[in-house]
Amino acid sequence: MTGQPLLRVRDLAVHFASETARVARAVDGVSFELHAGETLALVGESGCGKSLTALSLVRLVDEPPARTTTGSSIQLHGEELVGAEPARLRRIRGGEVGFVFQEPMTSLNPVHRVGRQIEEAILAHDSVPRATATARTLDLLSRVGLPEPDTAARAYPHELSGGMRQRALIAMAISCGPSVLVADEPTTALDVTVQAQILDLLASLRDETGMALLLISHDLAVVANVADRVAVMYGGRIVETGPARRVLTTPAHPYTEGLLRAVPTIDDPRGPLAVIPGRVPSPTDWPSGCRFHPRCPYAWDRCAGEEPPLDGGLRCWLASEPDRRGSTGYALVTR
Amino acid sequence: MNATWIDRALPGARGLSSRPLRSGLLLAVWVGLWALAIFRIDRILATPASGAPDHWIALLALVGSIVGLARFAPSRPEGDPGAPLETSGQWGLAWRTFRRHRTAMLGLWLVAGLALVALLTPYIAPFDPALQGDDIVATRFQPPSFEHPMGTDRFGRDVFSRVLYGGRVSLGIGGLAVAIAVTLGSLVGAVSGYLRGWVDALSMRTVDLLLSFPRLVLLITIVALVQPSVLIITLVLGLTGWMGTSRLVRGEVLSLREREFVQAAKALGFGAPRILLRHILPNVASPIIVAATLGIGNTILVEASLSFLGLGVPPPAPSWGLMVAAGKDVMLDAPWIALFPGLAIVVTVMSFNLVGDGLRDALDPRSTTGLAP
Repeated sequence: MTGQPLLRVRDLAVHFASETARVARAVDGVSFELHAGETLALVGESGCGKSLTALSLVRLVDEPPARTTTGSSIQLHGEELVGAEPARLRRIRGGEVGFVFQEPMTSLNPVHRVGRQIEEAILAHDSVPRATATARTLDLLSRVGLPEPDTAARAYPHELSGGMRQRALIAMAISCGPSVLVADEPTTALDVTVQAQILDLLASLRDETGMALLLISHDLAVVANVADRVAVMYGGRIVETGPARRVLTTPAHPYTEGLLRAVPTIDDPRGPLAVIPGRVPSPTDWPSGCRFHPRCPYAWDRCAGEEPPLDGGLRCWLASEPDRRGSTGYALVTR
Repeated sequence: MNATWIDRALPGARGLSSRPLRSGLLLAVWVGLWALAIFRIDRILATPASGAPDHWIALLALVGSIVGLARFAPSRPEGDPGAPLETSGQWGLAWRTFRRHRTAMLGLWLVAGLALVALLTPYIAPFDPALQGDDIVATRFQPPSFEHPMGTDRFGRDVFSRVLYGGRVSLGIGGLAVAIAVTLGSLVGAVSGYLRGWVDALSMRTVDLLLSFPRLVLLITIVALVQPSVLIITLVLGLTGWMGTSRLVRGEVLSLREREFVQAAKALGFGAPRILLRHILPNVASPIIVAATLGIGNTILVEASLSFLGLGVPPPAPSWGLMVAAGKDVMLDAPWIALFPGLAIVVTVMSFNLVGDGLRDALDPRSTTGLAP
């Protein structure tokens, strides 16, 4: 990718302070860039900070309790969003950056008709007559593949299926032509067949409008289908990033390797799977050194003492000492 | 075409075959309104001359109900199982549950009837509520008769007319006071639940403080300090009745603000006032409506208690509580003086409570009272 990135995130850190517990460094020094028309996937286990990263892009995290550290920088079209005016941020939310959330069942307001909610989003950002907003709503609903747009517009959320609701939410998110669409686990709550349709829809809307897509998922299959680039997060940090094909076929970081080897393959669906031992540590006390070292099968004393830098898309000491990746890999379980 | 004409001319008549009770009531109300309009034509014609707002309201209510009944009378037989569902929104769904609730529907009919009677009182009441007979010794303490359906009191005033006028006062005070209380309570509750922090702490401690006073004692103190009038009583009842609503609304808002659709609304760039008023409050409407309906009955009761104690509406004005108080001394000799206003209080409060309970069952699926059979 060349040219000026749409979105440039530098050293984003979101900490939670409380009186009773120690500071939770939930997102801790995340940097990435997003270009027009491209899809970046943020991948990681629950609690690794990927959703929080997405929410803090448009300052959707309540501060306090959260605190974005002073070194953080988020630039959209070169405009700094950290510390921006609340009024400006409200214009950007929904206008420049659209959001699609995980739970289509509960992300629509149950007391308003679907069409009215989309209209409201349009009217909040564009000063157009209501009739224009209504027409645009119907157009949006047909663009996201709802078979009967006017029926869907008149329906209440509970009258639509999960997939239809997610389509309506996508219509709402793209209603004002955002340049960045953030999809936070958009398919997690849906049936497998519907998942593929929603991903196709997101990809085709991206190609149609040239917007950038930031896809957040723990599902590697989802990522493999849509993403151009992948950033793997662990412990509030990006541990590996690169082109999707490269990362998903020849992972360099032991964590990525573990994730991929924990997924059954179609060639050998009954074959042994890798197990990453232990669990994600608490953001109040990350391990010293590399945050993954207590669970890493290749870790040696250097990993516990000193944290590796993110260098060439990889945050691991194996980059400088590749011979250490010996035969002692992940423990396998056969099923 | 022909059928529509029948519906306009005699609303409810066509439904008599399938649903005798409700259609019969509709028809009876319609005929009654016309009868009232014909028998009281002199009073109606006098309305523009007298120019009293009371009479204008009554005239509007009369014309409105006659036209409304003709216009909105069911144009198809009711209870048609094949009829399409008209609405699927929360109100439509709630109405379908509510309609199956027999006692609640009875309450609704009673409330509607009371409201209509209260609005039409200047045309219905046979006498001026303050009119004393020429010969007070002859006209006072008359038992119920054709001329005085509820008898006369110790000043020779017609009890029936006074009960009717007292109803307007009670319903008016109840409705307005609850409107004030619910508006104030909802705003305080919504803002403190949404903002949390010190705003919440301050307003909820204030609520705790106010709730720790017994309401009647608080009312008596305030009324003792200022000269009571209908307006003052309304304001005082409204300003002392909002705390329960604010707690209720705060609790709901606290849980609603964490819901995903609120997060989604924030992600669409909506500001806090819009999120609170258009996205959160409509979701609290059900408990607010239930609380308001039950609150009207309760407020009418409190107003009657105040008047009974001589601390409510000042004497020349007719008030149910005042009338019961006046009748209690002659309970054995002239029981009608206290009996009829007392009955009016019971029926009114019961009607509102029936509607409130029905609404709770229809609107709040989590309520423990269970659905109607």
